Order: sequence, then C-alpha cells, then structure tokens
Amino acid sequence: MNSAPPAAKAIRPDDAHVAKAMHSFLADIGPSSALAMDSCIHCGRCAEACQFYVQTGDPRYTPIHKIAPFKQAYEREMGPFAFAYKLFGLTPKISAIELMQWQELLYDSCNMCGRCSLICPMGIDIADLVEQARHAMFVAGMTPPDFLGLLAEKEQVTGSPFGLTSPQMRDMLHDIGAKYGVVMRVDEAKADIVPTLSSIDLKTYPSSMAATAKILNHIGANTGLSWTFRTDGFDADNVALTAGDRAGQRKITLGIVRAAIACGAKTLVMPECGHSFTEMRWEAANAYGQELPFRIVQITELLAEGLADGGIRVNKAPQTATYHDACQLSRRGGATAAPRLILQSLGVDLHEMEDGGDANWCCGGGGGVALIKRAQPLRDKAFAIKQRQVEATGADKVFISCSGCRQTLDHGGKAIGWTREVASLLELVADNLRN
Amino acid sequence: MTLLEFARGPAWQASVLILIAGVAWRLVAMILLRRRPQFAAPRHGLPQRIGGGARTILTRFMPRRAFWPRIAVSVVLSATFHIGLGVIIFGGAPHILVIRQFTGLSWPSLPKGVIVIVSGVTLASMIALLLRRLNHPVLRLLSTADDYLSWLLVFLPVLTGMLLSGETVGGYGNLLALHILSVELMVIWLPFGKLMHAGLVFAGRGLMGMNFSRKGAAT
Repeated sequence: MNSAPPAAKAIRPDDAHVAKAMHSFLADIGPSSALAMDSCIHCGRCAEACQFYVQTGDPRYTPIHKIAPFKQAYEREMGPFAFAYKLFGLTPKISAIELMQWQELLYDSCNMCGRCSLICPMGIDIADLVEQARHAMFVAGMTPPDFLGLLAEKEQVTGSPFGLTSPQMRDMLHDIGAKYGVVMRVDEAKADIVPTLSSIDLKTYPSSMAATAKILNHIGANTGLSWTFRTDGFDADNVALTAGDRAGQRKITLGIVRAAIACGAKTLVMPECGHSFTEMRWEAANAYGQELPFRIVQITELLAEGLADGGIRVNKAPQTATYHDACQLSRRGGATAAPRLILQSLGVDLHEMEDGGDANWCCGGGGGVALIKRAQPLRDKAFAIKQRQVEATGADKVFISCSGCRQTLDHGGKAIGWTREVASLLELVADNLRN
Repeated sequence: MTLLEFARGPAWQASVLILIAGVAWRLVAMILLRRRPQFAAPRHGLPQRIGGGARTILTRFMPRRAFWPRIAVSVVLSATFHIGLGVIIFGGAPHILVIRQFTGLSWPSLPKGVIVIVSGVTLASMIALLLRRLNHPVLRLLSTADDYLSWLLVFLPVLTGMLLSGETVGGYGNLLALHILSVELMVIWLPFGKLMHAGLVFAGRGLMGMNFSRKGAAT
C-alpha cells in the first residue's frame, strides 16, 4: 500500500507523474470497465444529463470526455488492438500539462452523481470510471491542492479529515449529549447497533448526532437493542474516497469495520452522508476480503424499518415540504423509497421536485466538489438547477438525508437570500418521537 | 472471375472470417481481464439481478421522461436510422433469401416500394446524424475518425441497396457486386470500431443492469 502521496502539495507534473497515473488506471481495469470503454458510441447524450454542461454549455464538461486521457491510455496500452494503436501511432501519449488540465474536469466539474450513467444508451457507468480516474490522479499527486487534498491527507494520517483523535471525539460526543440532554453511549464493549458519524455533522450539525442518539435510545427502549458510538472507528466521512486516495479510503473503511466487529455489532448504521454509505455498503466487505459479520444500513433505511416494525413510534408532524434526493443514496444507493415512507409516516405533505427520485439533479457539492474552493463559481451554476427545482415545488422547507447536500443547500441558499428552511430528515424523526 | 463472383465468393468468405476472428479476439481480450471479487451482501438475489439486466437492455431503448427534453433529437434520429436498417435487413426480399440460404429460416417480405421508401428515410436520418455530428460542439469534441468511417461503411450499403432496388445506374450485376462489397467492408470493419456496439450494447446494458440491481440502484 502506498504512503500518503503529495496530494495537497502543488506539484510540477512531468512524464513520471503521467506514467504513474496511467499505470494506476490500467491496473484497475476489469472486464466491466473495459467493456465500458470499448462501448462508447460518442452520442454525447451524457452531456445532456450533466449539470455542469447543461449550465455552462462547455463541451469539455461532457462526462465521457472527462476520462478521455485514460481511455486513450487503455486503447494504446491494454485494449484488444493496442498493438495497432502503438504501431500506427493512433493515440498519442498525453503530456503532463494536458493531464493537469484534466484535474478540473475530474474533480471540479464532476459530482460523481451518476446521472450520466442513467442516460447512457450503452450502459456505461461513467461515474465509476471517473472514480477510477481520480484514483489515478491521486497516485500521481494530481489531486486539487486545496481543501480536498489537505483533508484527504490529514484523514490518511489521523483517520479523521479534521485530525480528531479518539479522546477528542469521545469528549465531543459527551458534550453534545449534555448540550442536547440526550444519553450518549460511547465505546461500550458490546452493542447490537453501531452508528457512525460524519465530520460535517461534528463540525456543523452536532444536532444530528444528538438526534441519532435520541432515536437509538428510543429503539433500545422499544426493542431492547443496545447501541454505542465507537471512537476507534468513527469517521465515516471518507474524504479519501472523493479525493481518489485508495489507501486512505481503505484505512478509514477498515477502521470502522474493526470497531464494529470488536463490539459484536449486528448492524452498522451510516450517517446522513451519501458517499460514505456507498463506500461502506459496497466496498467495505471487499476491503475486508470477505463477507462482513454485520449488515450495513443508511440511517434513513433504519428509520423506515423502525417505523414499519414498531421499533420507532412517531407523532404526526403535518407540514408542507419537499425532499432532496442525495445521488449516492437514491439513484446510486437504492434508498429512494425509505425517505418517502418516513415523510408519509409523519404526515408530511410531500411536494416532489420535478425529476425527483432517481433522476434528481445533484446539489452541485457532491463528490468532493464542495471541498474545492476554486470550484465555487461552477458549483453555484450547478446549484441554480436545484434552486429552480426547489422553488417550483412551492414548499418552504427542504428535507435532506445527506449532510454534504445539506451544507451545499445551506450555503447556496444563504448566497441567494433564501428564506426556505433546509432540514435533516433524521432530526425531524427525532423531534417527533412518541414516548 | 467477375466482380460479382469475387464479391459472392472469396470476398464474402474473407470478410466473414475477419469478422469472426476480430469479434472473438475482442471478446476474449475483455473476458480474460481480472475480475474483482464482490463480497458485499447484495440487496437482491441472482434471479432479480438477471431480471434487472434484461430489463435494462430493454428500458435503455426508451430514455427516462426526465431526459427527453434535451435528447429528443438524438433519440428520434438514431431510432429512425436503426429501425430503418432493421426493416431493410429483415424485410427486404433479397435479404430474406440470403438469410434462408444460410439458416433455413424464412418469412414474408415487405413490398419493394416500402423498402425503397424506408431506405430513403434511413439515408436521410443518417445524413442528419452526420450533419449533427459535424456541427454539435459536444459531438465534434467526442468524434474520431472511427465515427466517420463507420458512418460511411453503413451509409454505402444502404445507398447501393436503394440504387439496386431501382436498377437506376450501372446495371444490375455491377450494382449488386458493389452492394455486396460495401456490405463486406462493413462486416470487415465491425470488430475494429464502433460498429461493434451492435453486440456490445446488449452486454453493456445487461451488465450495468445486473450490477445496479445488485445494489438496488436505479437502472
């Protein structure tokens, strides 16, 4: 496993960086990514599904174009007719300067939201190829040298993007418990349920941590199930994933897996965070090298499950609201129905956004784009779609199940002077528990 | 040996051999790549995943409603062209005869006039697609020589076929030879360029459908 590459440091790229990037990308290629790269018919429909192209009209933001240098490397080095490509010089090698220009396309202008994958007539999962390309960029030290790179680097060293240690985490959780008047269970030796956290919640939305504890206490009272936060594997944020840092991603993931195993957990609960769910639900077992001895659910799924089986009982909270689908939870995660069941149980009059559900538009901040400062003007353009979608519903409240989206809508809304409230679905349930 | 005899004999055999070898090579190169084992518990069992794959093969013919406003032109033009090709290949009397010769299968043909009209519509949609490719900024950026070569190698058989049905120029024998040779050129190119999508489209959609169904994700 490689040590921390110079992700956050500005580098002067050369051919060695390009070679590293391409080697990493090609090493990742299996039958399905080869099929994906061999299949593209250059129809350009993916552009029409991408918020960055739709809002700017810049053809460079065409999703499949974002992996062009890597597709060239595949054709020249590994594809079925690589010998012909080399012999006739059909695809020139990309230069280091050109590859650096792709940094903006792979990071600033891609939320890995997978809307392009949904429109592709050939069934190419472009978002997956972008993730593979980001791995390559990270290995070559070509991650954006600002917030995203810095956080990923800190996370690989400490296990938390903000550099929090286990004792600090423990103190913070107890402080939150005291502030919100909720019993916090931390580092208990045995537990049936282990919830994980998002760094965004710790820094910006501590109320969601209190809500998690309140709901798990409620479930415990109704079902007898025990729970605990674990500070030896707590931060599900996994900035490493969005930065493309496979080693860091694996380290964070395995930390959480081991913590859950240590206390004999039967259920690991992912927080209101899209990509952390994707990572743990689908990659944790691969990182662990075998099936996990516990199940993994996103908090929204746990809530829907509890409301269905009586583990959670709520009072009605009638109001009019809309719901923003986090791409990694709905379109790519299969948890589209759960939030709607929750809202229905609470008696919320849901005004769906146009294209709501699986075809929903990304808020613009996903895939680490929110952590790239220079991407803000572009992000704002993508957010304008979300603004139009929300305003068209007529609802003055937006519920969300992802802290990253929540933060993007909070910031975006503030910038345009929104009076709409952006609220957590988890907190809505916690505020309306029936004791 | 006349041009027609050449087209029907050695050229046909060579083109089919190249097609088979090329496709086999391309598929083997893909299949032999290392697969990563998947240990995460799937949301759905194998039957549902296979169903998801089959469903995706069909549903991607018709894009989701949310996407229509922005891709209607692309969808309508390419559907017209593909359906037109299908009608010509499987509805034209001479083509059915060829198919019967190789497989023993046969079905009633469409009237010649219908095939001529469909050929005209197909050619028109292909010209529109080409003009779009040359003018749309996204398509211009994505396009490679393969796109234009593949377009030409499909256009020529449709054009010569249409001319052949009317026996308008050059005499039947020569036109037929040109038509068969143009088809053979297309067959030879198929495994090496984007025409291969005629088969890969089903593999790609099917695999995506299975993978996404495994996750319970939208297909």
